[in-house]
This record gives sequence, C-alpha cells and structure tokens, in this order.
Amino acid sequence: MKDASEYPSDNKLTGDYKYGFSSEVDSDTIPKGLNEDVVRLISLKKGEPPFMLEWRLKAFRHWQGMKEPHWPNFEYRPIDYQDIRYYSAPRKKGDGPASLAEVDAEVVKTFEKLGIPLSEQKRLTGVAVDAVFDSVSVGTTHQAELEKMGIIFCPISEALQKHPDLVAKYIGTVVPYQDNFFASLNSAVFTDGSFCYIPPGVRCPVELSTYFRINAKETGQFERTLIVADKGAYVSYLEGCTAPVRDENQLHAAVVELIALDDAEIKYSTVQNWYAGDKEGRGGIYNFVTKRGKCAGRNSRISWTQVEAGSAITWKYPSCILQGDNSVGEFYSVALTNNRMLADTGTKMIHIGKNTTSTIISKGISSDYAHNSYRGLVKILPSADNARNFSQCDSMLIGNNCSANTFPYIEVENNSATTEHEATTSRISADQIFYLQSRGLEKEEAISLVINGFCKEVFKTLPLEFAVEAVKLLEMKLEGSVG
Amino acid sequence: MLKIKDLFASVEGTQILKGLTLQVNPGEVHAIMGPNGSGKSTLSKILAGNPQYTVDSGSVEYDPGGRSFDLLGLEPDVRAKEGVFLAFQYPVEVPGVPTSMFLRAAYNAVCRHHGVEEMDPMDFDVFLHEKMKALDMDDKFIDRAVNVDFSGGEKKRNEILQMAVLNPRLAVLDETDSGLDVDSMKIVSSGVNKLRNKTNAMIVITHYQRLLNYIKPDFVHVLLKGRIIKSGGPELALEVENRGYDWLVK
Repeated sequence: MKDASEYPSDNKLTGDYKYGFSSEVDSDTIPKGLNEDVVRLISLKKGEPPFMLEWRLKAFRHWQGMKEPHWPNFEYRPIDYQDIRYYSAPRKKGDGPASLAEVDAEVVKTFEKLGIPLSEQKRLTGVAVDAVFDSVSVGTTHQAELEKMGIIFCPISEALQKHPDLVAKYIGTVVPYQDNFFASLNSAVFTDGSFCYIPPGVRCPVELSTYFRINAKETGQFERTLIVADKGAYVSYLEGCTAPVRDENQLHAAVVELIALDDAEIKYSTVQNWYAGDKEGRGGIYNFVTKRGKCAGRNSRISWTQVEAGSAITWKYPSCILQGDNSVGEFYSVALTNNRMLADTGTKMIHIGKNTTSTIISKGISSDYAHNSYRGLVKILPSADNARNFSQCDSMLIGNNCSANTFPYIEVENNSATTEHEATTSRISADQIFYLQSRGLEKEEAISLVINGFCKEVFKTLPLEFAVEAVKLLEMKLEGSVG
Repeated sequence: MLKIKDLFASVEGTQILKGLTLQVNPGEVHAIMGPNGSGKSTLSKILAGNPQYTVDSGSVEYDPGGRSFDLLGLEPDVRAKEGVFLAFQYPVEVPGVPTSMFLRAAYNAVCRHHGVEEMDPMDFDVFLHEKMKALDMDDKFIDRAVNVDFSGGEKKRNEILQMAVLNPRLAVLDETDSGLDVDSMKIVSSGVNKLRNKTNAMIVITHYQRLLNYIKPDFVHVLLKGRIIKSGGPELALEVENRGYDWLVK
C-alpha cells in the first residue's frame, strides 16, 4: 500500500495521526437532528424498496423507547442525538448510478492519500474495495470480475435496489432491530455499507474490503454490512477505517451481520484506526459497533480478527452464534489504547449446535492514561453436546498510569462441554528495552519486537499485507511511550 | 581499547562510583572483584549505557580498532553495534519473542550498522546451531521465548550464546558465575575462552576466585566503595579469596 505520510498535512493538531487530514468536498448534507422525517428522507435518498422504510421506522420507534446504555467500564459524556447530522454525501456530478469516473476528484484523491486507489489502473491487486465516504459508498472495484462468478459485492444501497429479496431475506436475522440501543439507531438511520453474497460452492478469489472514511463535521457514520456465504462458499473480508482530526467527538455506530450456511467459511478482519483524540482526550470517534456472525449451517466457520488501534472510545463485541452442528467460531483481537483512549471490547460465543468449538485470543495493550478492558461471554446451551471453548486473554501495560481489566463470563448448561480460560498481565519494562538495546536493537526495534511477540498469535491470522500494516500501526502508536 | 578516567556515577541519586580509573588493552582479560555494593554492577551498566544510571563526571574512551569513541555519548544499541557486550547478571525475560528471532534481529542489526549483508534465516539457523553445539545447548532452546522459564544456568548460557553470535570486541561479564553449578561453569567458561584472542578484551566481574580458575585473567582489580584500591596479577584473586577484603582497607 502507498504510504499516506508522503502527503503533508497542514493540520497541526494531527500529531502522529497521519490520516488526520480533511477534504474539501461539495456535499449533500441534511440538517442536524433526528425524527421520523429524517428516517424517511434517508430512505427516499437511497431509493429504497418499501419494506426497508417500514423496517427503519419500526426500528426508530423502538429506539425512541430505549435508554443509552452505560454499563461499560468507563464514563463518557452523554451524546446529544439531536446535535448529529445523519446524512452527508459527496455530491454526484450527474444523476443515475455513480460510476468511478463520476466520483468527485477530491474524494478519489482522499482515498489515494489513504493508500486506497479506486481507479481501474491503480487499484490494488488481489483486493476488491468498496470505499465508503461519510454516508455513502463512492466506488467499488473489481465488480465485473466478481459478477462472473456470481459473487455480489456492492454498496448495500445498491443491493437494496438490485437484489431486494436477498437483502430482505437476511437483514436483521443476526442483529435484529431491537437488539440494542446503538443497533436500533443504526437500523433506523444506516446510510450505506457493503453487501456481499457468495453463491454455493464458490471460493471468492480476492479479498473483499470496505474502507470507511468519515470526513464531514458533526456527522455520524452509521453503516451496515451484510455478508452471506451460501453452502460451501468461502470469503475473506477486510475492513479499514480512518477519520480527520476534529475537536468534537463523532459517533460511529455500525452494524455488521455475517451468515455462514452449511460448510461455508467467513473470515472478517478489521484494522480500526479512527481518530482517537489528542493527548488530553479532546475529540476522537466514539466507536460503538455491533458485529455478529451466525454459523447457521453445519460445519460452518466464522473468524473475527480485529486490530483496534484508534477511536476515543471503542465498544464492540464481535460475536458468533454457533447454531449449526460442528460449527466453529473464532475471535482474535489486538486492542491498543494510548493517551486517554478507552476500550471495552471482547466477544460472545453462543454454543447451540452439537460439537461446536470456539477459540478466543485477546491481546490488550494499554499505555499512558488509557483504559483497556476485555469483556467476553462463553455461553453453552443445553443443546450443545460436546461443545468446546478455549479462551486466552492477555494484557500488556506500558507505564504506570494505564489500566487493563478482564471480565470473562462463562455460562455452561451442558455437562459434556469443556471450557478453558487463561489470562495473563505483563508489562513492557525499561529493563526489557535496555536488554534488547544492549544487543544492538534500536529502541523502536526493541519495542516492536516485544509487541510483535505479544500479538503474534493474532497477527498470523491476518492476511499478510494487513499484518504488515497492523505492525506498523502499532509501532507508530507506541513511539515514545516506553522509557 | 578502553580508558576509564576518574569516573563518578550514580543510581537513583546515590553516588556509587567515586573516581574509578581503568585501562584495558586489546587481548587482555581483567577481573574485577569486590564486596557487595562496591560498584561492580554499576560499572557494567554504565559501560552498556543503562539509562537508569547517570554519569556525574569522568570519561570513557573506547577504541574498537582504528576509531575512537566517547563511549558515554553513544546510545546503548550503538555501543553494542560497535562491539561492546554486557553479559547480564540477571538476564531479562521477553515473553512471546522466540530466542532465535531475537538473536537474528540482533545479528542483522549489527550487520546493517557496518554495511555488511544481513544473513537470511536458513544460513543463520546453521550458524546458530554451530554456536549452540559449542555451548552444549539443546536445539529446542532457541524456539523458546527469550529467558522465559529458563533455569538460572540456561539464562547464563543464553548470555554466552548471544556473545558468541555477536562476537564483541569488548565483553563485560557481570557475575556470570553466580547461580552456576560446576559443570555449567566449565561449559560457560570454555565458551568464553573460545572468544578470547589478541584483538578482543574482557572485563570479568565476580565475587569469587573460583571462576578465575577457568577464565584466567591477566589482571585482577579490587573495587571498594566505588574506586579501584588495588591491582595485581592472578595471585591477587587468590589472596582475596583467602584473606577477604578487610586487609586492603588498612
């Protein structure tokens, strides 16, 4: 990938966050505030079929009766939901479906700066990208080749127009609109996201990827991603995110639903690097995301791998419902918090089918004044004969002012089940760094070696190019925080 | 090779070294003996550049051959790349990092510094196994995380393995004999002796004369209250062993 640091940023606030620039883009935005008319307007702008609007309105009415939850292991200021703009899109040059050629030049430039070239000539090999800018998808690469194999990979708004039956069949089946406060809000106002369908027996030949970019001020991003792997299908999906440096907090409340039918496999990888706020904790993204996969079929498998390195507050629990017999759920996570960042993240593994297995590997790294919590649930229902779970939750502390917590919940209702839980807490010490330096490694190399060693089990589950990016990202974040 | 002049140094506000002067020439092995708290370990840490120790005054000139450095002005990693090696009294554990990966990273860092081509993993593996054989080390050793769950003896052997890999010009062995049984001490000493030659030098810090039966020093110095109060040949170590340190104070 291209190194975005080649492009100078004139924003002094950015510090070491190299994606902190903002772009001047002519945008179609709606006024701040949320009511039924806004929900209708979003649906209208998207030209959605009626069932979608009805679903959104049900979600909105349900949400109005809900309270913002405050149970994670940190405090944050209440969010004023009337002070957020729920739709902002770069203006199209003409009517009709946007082809890449019609995308605002500034938007294309923005993605190039981020290392995501959209044009056919420069696009990344081996990765098909759907680029989401604020509330809309601005372009999807490789679409034609994928279509030949029957793979659908497009913005969810496009899927609602071209494949409404498919969307209607699956949306909300894993994360219903009543699920939780932020999922209900998302269901009412989601603006875009990716839709992906892999037909029976097809192995998707490229990595599918969505890159989310928040640009506009005072705007929330509410995207919805739906991935369906039909019987015997395989797909590996990557998600990346960045946002400009801004003083105020911005809300990102996404929903991701994965469905794997018989013998299907979905690998979902995230490198999350939203703007995290400055050293004093001003600004940054509130990343409140609901991600859940359903292993609906026999022998199906869903793996979540996440590298969470950004956002002022991260609050997410990518989970697996292991419904099909012999299905497998995996969660590999590295969550890094520095400065004043707060993260409360983990997973839920719900074992329903027989012989279901789940693996949880969580690595939390905390430095400066950050708080990092692992929170996870392993639930084994009475029907889940011979279910097995292995969980390992390791924390690493850098410095004396940060904290790490582990909250594992294990509920077993079947005597034939096996669960194992291991947890460790360690500290990068000045002694370790000096020891490695005294063998010829520079301080940065020494830190990176220790971090790499700590996160090895998670990094090896990432696609290679992403793993390299992830290592660089963590090194950059931790520069200057040891010793 | 090494000229320490009138060195004063502190840790956590307490001055430990109080005017230490020492000269080491290529090919020489110097033993430094002294009771607890005399400043032996402080000297080793100052030479390696541990940031928790501060130099109050004095100078250290280091000449690995052809070029002279103000050693105290160099970062710890640069000192290592220029051939200074400290075998730690208490080697540090680095969880998650396999020993082989660490050794290769260190070896290649030194190569890069000198503009020499780095060694690829296959060649390095062969090179490393030769060094391990000489130290009678088990193959599985290098797959384990650096020093994690190592016995005392294994940790010390690992230090000497690192020394063999990095092939330093000036090696400082800080109480390498502590925690070693006689057999391990023989193996470690023979490993150290293999690295002795006319161009390299060593400073061997020890409490006991015992180690010096295996690593024969050219000079022995007695360090007391931060200064070298007596220097002599190998016979001085025997005298200290028999009579203790009290007679030297009078």
